Amino acid sequence: MHNQEEEKIFLDKIDKEIKIEPKDWMPEQYRKTLIRQISQHAHSEIVGMLPEANWITRAPSLRRKATLIAKVQDEAGHGLYLYSAAETMNISRDEMIEQLHSGKAKYSSIFNYPTLSWADMGAIGWLVDGAAIMNQVPLCRCSYGPYARAMIRICKEESFHQRQGFEILLTLSKGSEAQKQMAQDSINRWWWPSIMMFGPNDDASPHSKQSMAWKIKRFSNDELRQKFIDVCAEQVKILGLTLPDEKLKWNEERKHYDFGEINWEEFWNVVNGNGPCNKERLAARVKAHEDGAWVREAAAAHAKKNPRPLKGRLATV
Amino acid sequence: MEEQNSISNDDGNNSPSGARGNEWPLWEIFIRSKNGLDHKHAGSLHAADAEMAIENARDVYTRRMEGVSIWAVESKYIHASNPDEASSLYDPANDKLYRHPTFYDLPDELRNM
Repeated sequence: MHNQEEEKIFLDKIDKEIKIEPKDWMPEQYRKTLIRQISQHAHSEIVGMLPEANWITRAPSLRRKATLIAKVQDEAGHGLYLYSAAETMNISRDEMIEQLHSGKAKYSSIFNYPTLSWADMGAIGWLVDGAAIMNQVPLCRCSYGPYARAMIRICKEESFHQRQGFEILLTLSKGSEAQKQMAQDSINRWWWPSIMMFGPNDDASPHSKQSMAWKIKRFSNDELRQKFIDVCAEQVKILGLTLPDEKLKWNEERKHYDFGEINWEEFWNVVNGNGPCNKERLAARVKAHEDGAWVREAAAAHAKKNPRPLKGRLATV
Repeated sequence: MEEQNSISNDDGNNSPSGARGNEWPLWEIFIRSKNGLDHKHAGSLHAADAEMAIENARDVYTRRMEGVSIWAVESKYIHASNPDEASSLYDPANDKLYRHPTFYDLPDELRNM
């Protein structure tokens, strides 16, 4: 078949909401866009474990510690689901890891901010995971089947992440003056980076239009950001705390909250590697990968030499 | 079956970078969520051997009691139909509506059928 015919079939499927599956014909640019987006998403899950791991040993109770470990373990799993989805597009795991380590591939800039207090575990759950969920729910309907399936699984698991974060902040907000202050300080630091997670404004987001046409994205960056701000502006009232934006105000005409100017210079600075923790995060990833090399090699050598039959039993229907 | 299309075309040497040489093999994971139901494709993962594949599948796909049984199949052993041939492959079923119960024209007063 000629490419034009193939493309027509492809666009027809997109139009009819029929998912694109790995072996179906797809435009090269569709494949490239998805590899970039899915691998970036996978890297974010993996790097995202680092700021929280920082607090596992210092969690204030066994309950909080168990929760935090479970959350970080989920993130490792989410990274795996996403790497697997990207691998269906014929890029290898090693290649993606290499792109992360060389700095060629990006991950969400939010993880380049430091976690300075216990309250940050609350703010990350509420705001960072909240923003991620806002982004991810529409991705469950993404036109590429494996990505959509991975996102459904991730969204199911992610909901507790946000709830546990809010619970941490709620507990602190009802505590001593110092605890309340710690919660407010944490929200002050995480609010702006969280709303930057939705990416540049629509008119400065070059790939958005094509991604919307291909039904990879369902809503624009600004639409999702507005939705998130509207939700958080209400939720923060339950905490008895405030969001650090003097211009945040309900606009009766728009039926949305107005908000202040985002510092895009800071955003691009962090994207381009100059955030507070960019070097530290990447160095930690590379070190973990290199330190684990002997395990990967030993397991592969062992499997080759001594394939372990699974307790001598093959599955039967 | 639909899931077969989601298998990556991993035959060990068709990677654009050739990087797959050092990777642990890819496995497809099937989970039975409870007795009485079929195993269903859950996703894939890398593991050095079958036992590790099952252990890793336990860790990533059944953290919330999603399964009572796991199958792991090395991806290279799965053969998938070619979507380009779908029209001819499924063509024989296309014009045989009489295989469905609703094809038959029967009076409304007919009961228990």
